[in-house]
Amino acid sequence: MTTVDLKPSDEFQFATGKGEVLLIACGALAREIVDLIERNRWAAFDVQCLPAKWHNTPQFIVPAVREKIRTQRGKYKSIFVLYGDCGTGGLLDKMLEEEGVERIDGPHCYAFFSGNPEFASRADDEFTAFYLTDYLARHFDKLIWAGLGLDRHPELLSSYFGNYTKVIYLAQTHDKQLIENGRKAAEQLGLAYEYRFTGYGELESDIAARSAPLA
Amino acid sequence: MSDDGELDLNSLSNEDLVLQVHDDLYDGLKEEVEAAVHILLGRGWAPYKVLTEALVEGMRIVGIDFRDGILFVPEVLLAANSMKAGMFILRPLLIATGAPRLGKMVIGTVKGDIHDIGKNLVGMMMEGAGFEVIDLGINNSVEKYLGAIEEHGPDILGMSALLTTTMPYMKVVIDTMKEKGMRDDYVVLVGGAPLNEEFAKAIGADAYCRDAAVAVETAKSFMARKHNQLAAKG
Repeated sequence: MTTVDLKPSDEFQFATGKGEVLLIACGALAREIVDLIERNRWAAFDVQCLPAKWHNTPQFIVPAVREKIRTQRGKYKSIFVLYGDCGTGGLLDKMLEEEGVERIDGPHCYAFFSGNPEFASRADDEFTAFYLTDYLARHFDKLIWAGLGLDRHPELLSSYFGNYTKVIYLAQTHDKQLIENGRKAAEQLGLAYEYRFTGYGELESDIAARSAPLA
Repeated sequence: MSDDGELDLNSLSNEDLVLQVHDDLYDGLKEEVEAAVHILLGRGWAPYKVLTEALVEGMRIVGIDFRDGILFVPEVLLAANSMKAGMFILRPLLIATGAPRLGKMVIGTVKGDIHDIGKNLVGMMMEGAGFEVIDLGINNSVEKYLGAIEEHGPDILGMSALLTTTMPYMKVVIDTMKEKGMRDDYVVLVGGAPLNEEFAKAIGADAYCRDAAVAVETAKSFMARKHNQLAAKG
């Protein structure tokens, strides 16, 4: 007899197009959201993501989320948005209020992964920190290093990072490769390195709060 | 062309050399910009003429293409560093030759925020446009802003923030200015990626400036208004 060691995430496989609650999310959260859905066996959700690279051009986020809400509204019992303010300067919240849709609380994913009160309490001490998440640790070279043109123009490093003092990797999972990626990122940026495990924080609790079947 | 195939800047007419500076700024070629500035000065150009026709005009073109999505932040930073190098040569000469001054600006990034790329660009372009700029750097408390206002007596206060979490601090500064009865003595301009006109209006700023070029035009417009008001009173 062959035994199969099932991991929690193998026991329930998320498939798009099946839930009655639509999660509209930043692409940088896709992996984490699907992992949470599978680990918690949440059948209520469908997930649609928008490009993570819009963090560098937040002006694209608000109209795209609005369009997504309007085109999908009739197909789901409810919609929940998994975006921080993400540099929209309050415009995302204003639009969501107009559309009558809620989002996860917090200015950015660093805050809701850490827990908003916890993150806010550290703000005075950590405003010179450059944060990484699993997503950013995984894609640092492409998104940050190449994205800022540092692969072509390393002389710009001080213009971008001259005021930072350390990289803090806020880890969602225990992943040795990502810890190493974070350390290397700090080294490349010439900054100190700190590793801090956060888990999924309020991302998990906020989705969980919407996981019960709707009447 | 020189023997080795490189362009000899000395061989260009003034007109072509200025156009070449625009190209070199666009391409972020710092050393070429420095060389051209020296050549133009050597040909008897006034420092102010070099600044406005070669450097400022070149950066204006860079700014337009950034706004239109043709250039991106790395290219703008390279261009800015090139302009900075040119201005480093011109600055003492501008002071010595008494170049025109449009006004004075105190500028800084707000408390809790260390981002200064946009603020530095604005400061540089304001200086290029003829403003005296006092740059307070990053992480400025209300006390530091007010202290600088008192010390330097500027026409304009500029505040910058990149973070959604730090931009509300601008209101703290403006409200404190109101409490002290000094708000109307200064033009307050605000800028930064997450800001917008609505936010600027809500916190009581005079204007939101979406980029360095807009900041310069807005500042010039406020200064012209101020002069007109003074003239009317006189």
